[in-house]
Amino acid sequence: MSRTALLCLAALAAALVYPLLVPNYLVNIGMLMLFTAFLGQSWNLAGGYAGQTSFGHVVFFGVGAYTSTILQVTYGWNPWLAWPIAMLAGGAVGWMIAVLSFRAGLRGSYFALITLAFAEVFRILANSVPFTRGGLGMLIKADQRPENFQFKDSIWIYYLALALCVISLLIAWQIARGRFGARLVAIRENEDAARALGIDVFAEKVKVLTLSGAMCAAGGTFYAQKYLYIDPSIAFGVDKSVEMLLVTMVGGAGTIFGPLIGSVALTVINEATRGLASVVPALKNVQPLSLVVYGVMLVLIVARLPDGLMGLFRRRPRHA
Amino acid sequence: MFDPQIIFAGVLNGLLAGGVYVLVAVGLTLIYGVLHIINFAHGSLLMLAMYAVFWLWRLLGVDPYVALPLVIAGAFGFGWLLYRGVIGRFSHGRDENILLITLGLSIVIDNVALLFFGGDTQTIDVPYAGLFVEIGAAFLPLPKIVSFAASLLLCAVLGLYMTRSDTGKAIRAVAKERQGARLVGIDVDNIFAISYGIGIACLGAAACLLMPSYYVTPTSGHAFVLVAFTIVVLGGMGSFIGAAVGGFIIGITEALGGLFLGEQLGQIGISLIFILILLLKPTGLFGSRA
Repeated sequence: MSRTALLCLAALAAALVYPLLVPNYLVNIGMLMLFTAFLGQSWNLAGGYAGQTSFGHVVFFGVGAYTSTILQVTYGWNPWLAWPIAMLAGGAVGWMIAVLSFRAGLRGSYFALITLAFAEVFRILANSVPFTRGGLGMLIKADQRPENFQFKDSIWIYYLALALCVISLLIAWQIARGRFGARLVAIRENEDAARALGIDVFAEKVKVLTLSGAMCAAGGTFYAQKYLYIDPSIAFGVDKSVEMLLVTMVGGAGTIFGPLIGSVALTVINEATRGLASVVPALKNVQPLSLVVYGVMLVLIVARLPDGLMGLFRRRPRHA
Repeated sequence: MFDPQIIFAGVLNGLLAGGVYVLVAVGLTLIYGVLHIINFAHGSLLMLAMYAVFWLWRLLGVDPYVALPLVIAGAFGFGWLLYRGVIGRFSHGRDENILLITLGLSIVIDNVALLFFGGDTQTIDVPYAGLFVEIGAAFLPLPKIVSFAASLLLCAVLGLYMTRSDTGKAIRAVAKERQGARLVGIDVDNIFAISYGIGIACLGAAACLLMPSYYVTPTSGHAFVLVAFTIVVLGGMGSFIGAAVGGFIIGITEALGGLFLGEQLGQIGISLIFILILLLKPTGLFGSRA
């Protein structure tokens, strides 16, 4: 067995026993960390491997959250059954955005900006149309039974987040080692050269954004079931888009473990600033402080460490 | 609702709002045209300038219109330093990377503002805020008329500066042909920093003109960033005339959208225009390159 595989197994074992050993609030932090890593991985497939930087990935998250919540609240579906439908909806929206934007030949910054605009359109729609109940948001009735996708003990939601995170890592691993991943990387590095090599650039980009959208939508349903509430600014606000982008860029875009490493790093920063704020009373607002740190990290990492924190562990030539 | 009087009033209000949008968008399009970077921090820098106007008024009692030259100069200096210190160092690579760097800057600026200024909405009380001018059925707030006129005047001055002055000519030369400009002895890096400074100076001016009739919070930047990008993309990236025409179109779209579709759904017009222009005619109305 390789060293990496051993490390992964050790990390998995640690993640499995972790919630049994620590108090409840730390279980919750761990859950959020794994969940953010999962969302980051969905961004990473399109933004990292294929180089299609998105500023509006939250649109898939929101579509997933709203699809399952509407099915459940308005039509009385079981949330477990609504989950795959939510993923289908997210995938469909990903497919639609990809076909429209890539058909028009949008690349780089233009693609990033149009995804932002799509998220904004969905946010405004969710605020205005009757079946989302507008700005009031949607409440899911509390009924804490596992068959209802609600858990009395937060340890189960932690394990579910862990499962999502592991699945996302496996997906990234499968893609990275296969031809699909190689084609995506070729597109990222030089789209015209990739086309000249016979890669159907349009089809590959549509495929990866569809997959990424479906994954991100699965996260949306998870979020709605955890907090039992969703509103347009949570579901389609720019904050979540930025969070997905940040963890991936900080950890290492286009690497398997990048989003997880980034999520761990940002959680540590978050808790550290919280600790600092409890010592220095002037810094009573924790959230902005940690975001300032994230912003600075983003600038430094984009400028100096294109492979993110992963680049510190491993040297690899980035340009062929 | 379809009363022509009300529509007339809506169009006038939209035109007035568009005047300031033009100023914001001219700054963005100048930065794009010369540096070929998309300045995602544009909205956040406008927010920062608006806070500067607010604090000048709150602490020193300076009227926003009196503060205009000071804020323009300060914004120019800040933009120049920002370019020299951060953006210029990293601005020659993949264009998404530069977009990400300006995104990082906007995150930092927004949250520093939240940290120091708090999340409250701040407004300025000026004696002329409540004055109206009546044109037909339209009651137009005086500060908006002033901001409209001043904004167009400033754009005209900037236009003259770009066509007549040596620096303006150098900026246009760099925008057209970077290498060639370097060969004839233009200090290209300096022109980049000056262009970025002028772009931010436009925001300083816009902030002074906005504050008497508007409010500022740390999230104000978000409200403007998509509007500014829409205008610039609509007019054509890098085109001054495009920014001016786009500003008015967007101002009117916003006003009429609000009128017909309501406060919430009315905002959708801007995002839809942005998406449609990018999908159907990415060069915009007056742009030359995609």
